[in-house]
Formats: sequence, C-alpha cells, structure tokens
Amino acid sequence: MQSYWSWFGGGLALACCFLLAVTLVKPIGVSTQFVIADGVIWSLFDSELLQSSQDNKHGIASSNAYLNKSGGKYAAAIENPINYGFIFVLAMIGGAFLGSRFCKSESGAKVETLSSCALTQRPASQRYAMAFIGGAIVLFGARLAGGCTSGHMMSGMMQTSLSGYLFALAAFAAAVPTAILLYGREEQSI
Amino acid sequence: MTILLAVVLGALFGFVLQRVGATDSKVIRGMLTLKDLRLAKTILFAIGVSSFALFSGMQLGLIDAGHMSVKSAYYGVLIGGLLLGLGWAIAGYCPGTGVAALGEGKRDAVVYVLGGLFGALIYTLVYEKIADTWLFEKIAGGKVTLAGSEKYASLISDISPILIAGVFAAAFVVLAALLPRRVAA
Repeated sequence: MQSYWSWFGGGLALACCFLLAVTLVKPIGVSTQFVIADGVIWSLFDSELLQSSQDNKHGIASSNAYLNKSGGKYAAAIENPINYGFIFVLAMIGGAFLGSRFCKSESGAKVETLSSCALTQRPASQRYAMAFIGGAIVLFGARLAGGCTSGHMMSGMMQTSLSGYLFALAAFAAAVPTAILLYGREEQSI
Repeated sequence: MTILLAVVLGALFGFVLQRVGATDSKVIRGMLTLKDLRLAKTILFAIGVSSFALFSGMQLGLIDAGHMSVKSAYYGVLIGGLLLGLGWAIAGYCPGTGVAALGEGKRDAVVYVLGGLFGALIYTLVYEKIADTWLFEKIAGGKVTLAGSEKYASLISDISPILIAGVFAAAFVVLAALLPRRVAA
C-alpha cells in the first residue's frame, strides 16, 4: 500500500489545480483529447480527413461530422496538436510519473507491477480485457456526455453547472452497483 | 505562453492525481464499493473549496468570469454518465486518472488508454447517425448553473451568486468532513 495524501491536504491540492486552471486559462478537461489523439493518428493514414476551410470558424474542416462540429474545433486541434488542451494531457503523464517517484510502498517495493495495481484478484488476462473494454465504454460515454470526471464532475460542479450534477449522479448510479457486483465479495486489501 | 501553462498545469494535475491515490485502481474500487471513502472525501472537499474560491474570486474581481466554461445539459449527459460509470467500475480508471496511471508506468493503464482511444474512435464514427436524436435535446435550457454568473444564467434565482455557491460549497465541505473514511462491512 502506498502513502497517499490525506483527504484534507489532497483535497486542497486538487482544488488548487482546478482553481489555477480556470483562473489562468479555462476549466480542466481530459476526454476530448482522446478524440484529438485518434484524429492525429487517423490523419496520418487519410489525407482527406482534414481540409482548410474559409467557412469554418477554426479554419479547418473535416470529412467526419464529429471532427467538423463547432466550426471545426476538433479538426483544428488535430491539424495543430501543439495546443493547450492536448499538451495539458500529455503533461499529466509526466506529472504522474514524478508523483509516483515520491511515493514509497510500505514494503519498499516498486509499485508499478500489474499485481500491485490490480483492481481485482482475477487472472492477468482477464484484468487486461477489463481494462480495454472498460476504457472503451468510458470514453464512448464521456464523449456522448460531452465530458468526463474532470470536465463534468470536478470543473462542472465547481462552476455549479447543472450538467455537472446530472453527470455525477448518473456516473455514480452506474459505477457503485457495478463495482459492488464485480468486487463486493473480494477481500478489500488497501 | 499558453503552451507553457499547459505543461505546468497539466504536470501539476497529474502529480496531484497520483498523490491523492486517484490513479490507484484499488483506491477507486474501495470508493465505488463504498468500503473505503477517502477518495470521495478528497473529491468532495476539493469541489467545495474550489467552488467557493472561484465564486469569491469572481465577486472580488480577481478571476475573470469569461474563463468559466459551462457544459450544456442534455439527455446524452445522463446516458453518457451511466456508461462512464459502468466502464469506470470495470476498468478502475476514468479518462484523467487512466492517463496519469499511464505516466506511472502501470501496464493495465496502457491497455486502458488503448481501449479509450478505441471507444472515442467508435463515438467519432457514429456521431453523425445520432446527432439529430433526442439524446441531444437540452435539459432546462442547456448551459445553466445553479449559482449564476456574468456569463451564465442561474437556475435558482438572481440572488447573489456567491451566496448560492457558498451554500453548495459548504454542503460539500461538511459532507467531506462527516463521511467516515472506512465503512464497516
């Protein structure tokens, strides 16, 4: 088990992240960048995906309706991935890496192996399948909702937005029964 | 300049997510099975504090209300939220914590992010088919907030936004403090 920050200190630090972001730039959000990453890869194989366009507010149009929406906002971000939202998410990877260097597991062992990060006591192959299927459902859902835990739940409820409350209620209404069904009988070993 | 901010703020967010245990699928499991609520306490406290600080800052003119960005409320938010919750319980990560766990070098997070890229791609491809359906019908006008601001209408009333935001923020903080960390089985 790792030594994590307390709810009080950790909550303050997390609050600072969301407050700094909205003060300096805009509210934090993550799930859009999965679409941008897909688009960057897709555009490598399909030169027709993006075209410059005078009609679109952001100057880029796409043959895909989703990437073309909101004046080509996503299309423009795919054309130039060195933008705030995409770099923010890439930087999160580095930040979490640094965070993990600061934490020591109680047994003194490195903590990044599969067994120690395992959600469940099932075999590894099943665990990987759950990670893939779960990831696909999460990102499909997040895109349908227009945001994820960061954008809707944290940033949204910080701004007291109705959509944030609706999203949080729906997410926990599905997550808690599913988790109890899947892991309720497994020994809790935190 | 914004790129530099992206690097600093993104790294800070990833660092903090790791340090509060949000990238640990066992901590997530503890929260979602209601056996260990420390992360729920952290999240509730963070929302309460940041919300109060945001509306205070706007009231005092320290924070530009133009930086607020409220998402629309529509039926897809509910359906998408249910799906996200389902996947969150199955995988143990949400999009942000999955990306952060990838940074820690967790192998299941690598698989999770690949799954996420696949799910996002499927949505990108089916969007055109569902774009004109009831899923995108707005709820209560769409982009509304409870507290109101210069930029967004209030769902409750026109009384001082800081008062409404303050009440909700206080409720979050009190809930965070009162929730027991561990719940007896």
